[in-house]
Amino acid sequence: MSSATPNAGGEHKLEQEDFEPRILVFCCNWCSYAGADLAGVSRLQMPPHFRVIRVMCSARVDPEFVLRAFQKGADGVLVAGCHPADCHYIGGNYRTRRRIALLRILLQQFGFDPGRLKLEWISAGEGERFQKTIVEFTDVVNELGPSPVRGGD
Amino acid sequence: MADKIKIAQYWGAGCGGCDVALLDIDAKILDVHAIAEVVFWPIGFDGKLSEIEAMPDKSITVSFYNGAIRNSENEHVAKVLREKSAVMIAFGSCACFGGTPGLANVTNKKEVFQTVYKDTASTDNPDFVTPQTQLKVPEGELDLPEFYDSVKTLDEVVDVDYFMPGCPPTVNLIALAVDAVAKHVTEGADLPPKGAVIASDKTLCDECDRERVETGRRIEKIYQSYEIKADPKKCLLDQGIICIGPATRAGCGSMCPKANMPCRGCMGPTKAVMDHGGSMLSALSSLLNITDSESKLSEEQIMELMMQVKDPLGTFYAFTLPKSLLKRTVTEKRKRKG
Ligand code: SF4
Ligand code: SF4
Ligand code: SF4
Repeated sequence: MSSATPNAGGEHKLEQEDFEPRILVFCCNWCSYAGADLAGVSRLQMPPHFRVIRVMCSARVDPEFVLRAFQKGADGVLVAGCHPADCHYIGGNYRTRRRIALLRILLQQFGFDPGRLKLEWISAGEGERFQKTIVEFTDVVNELGPSPVRGGD
Repeated sequence: MADKIKIAQYWGAGCGGCDVALLDIDAKILDVHAIAEVVFWPIGFDGKLSEIEAMPDKSITVSFYNGAIRNSENEHVAKVLREKSAVMIAFGSCACFGGTPGLANVTNKKEVFQTVYKDTASTDNPDFVTPQTQLKVPEGELDLPEFYDSVKTLDEVVDVDYFMPGCPPTVNLIALAVDAVAKHVTEGADLPPKGAVIASDKTLCDECDRERVETGRRIEKIYQSYEIKADPKKCLLDQGIICIGPATRAGCGSMCPKANMPCRGCMGPTKAVMDHGGSMLSALSSLLNITDSESKLSEEQIMELMMQVKDPLGTFYAFTLPKSLLKRTVTEKRKRKG
């Protein structure tokens, strides 16, 4: 995972001093992980507050993984998969988006801002889209502040 | 005959159904009577906790604790019984997973008091008097248990040896447990391994005899159970009625589907699962129909499709919220602009 590890070096401006968001990113093996890799080798600058977990398909992301991430204090979770009609396993991403939609409703009932969970389609050639997604999502999470599980402010 | 074993039965935050369930075992109660003396059972007879506190440690053979942990008294009695009992059993869904009272984890003490002691139409309480843990009166000091913010499971406050889920546990499962204890006492048979769940390791769907669509199962639309007359032979989920069977542990004999009602999940999650709701969410969202035009559906349309599931938290965690990964609701400190 080294090449896709962001190298922005922490100069990204934080909205709140001392808040270093913890963002978990699930990337599918066939599209999004390659996209993340491309962003890395292209040296695209990204805030360094995310960790990537590679899964074979975005549909492998069991709701339990996401709930567990939030239980452990993640400030945001991003699930990235292949574009509709591009899934390596044909329909995995269709299941993913149903699941994530329902999970967002559930997380909202649990009191979380649903913006803390994001789904994005990123293909193997879309290094820039990966970068943009990370930048935008980090901004959203920064604005929301620490996860309420972490005791908030 | 050797000395009788001692058993205790207590209710924490429960409804009393579990206490009654133990009596439902009919003639089996005579087996219990033959080997056991009931030393503590608040719903059944007047016993004093102080008498239990005075007993030597581990002198009660089995304690059946039903109900969740809602206040400091529930917790205190759980701790006393744990200390005095060789075997501690979480009896019923409330003790195992928080159960129905556990749904109160969507709120907190302040809000519960506000509703119960102020807002309800039948309440006349202009001074908003709420229970205090300590009160000085001329006769001395009175104390009441402290009401907690969150409902807890029994195993959050004491070490639990066995779990008997069900709301309440069924006669069959109680008989299984009674037999196991009786065989242990009379014949020296081994008890189940610590931590065992006295139920089945399969999922409810495995023991449900409704006909399922085996390949290409797809739901077109979700119905509340009152919106549709369910076919009594076909799988309820296949008919679009949310049945928690796929995520739920077997052992009840699929009672609710037998009565043409969907399972609500009182037996809790299956063995492999940590989060009952997450597991059902996964099962259900995979079943909603995917058509040829899927790639053209927008995220908003998908959201609309999933909004058919009314109240996922209340539906998927009807009995297990305090045992879920997140345990209770949280409050965001700040709102997002725009
Ligand atoms: S498990 Fe069900 S029957 Fe038992 S105390 Fe709880 S609500 Fe009542
Ligand atoms: S989903 Fe419900 S009705 Fe269908 S097989 Fe499972 S338990 Fe039976
Ligand atoms: S069918 Fe479901 S809700 Fe009904 S008794 Fe069995 S586990 Fe409980």
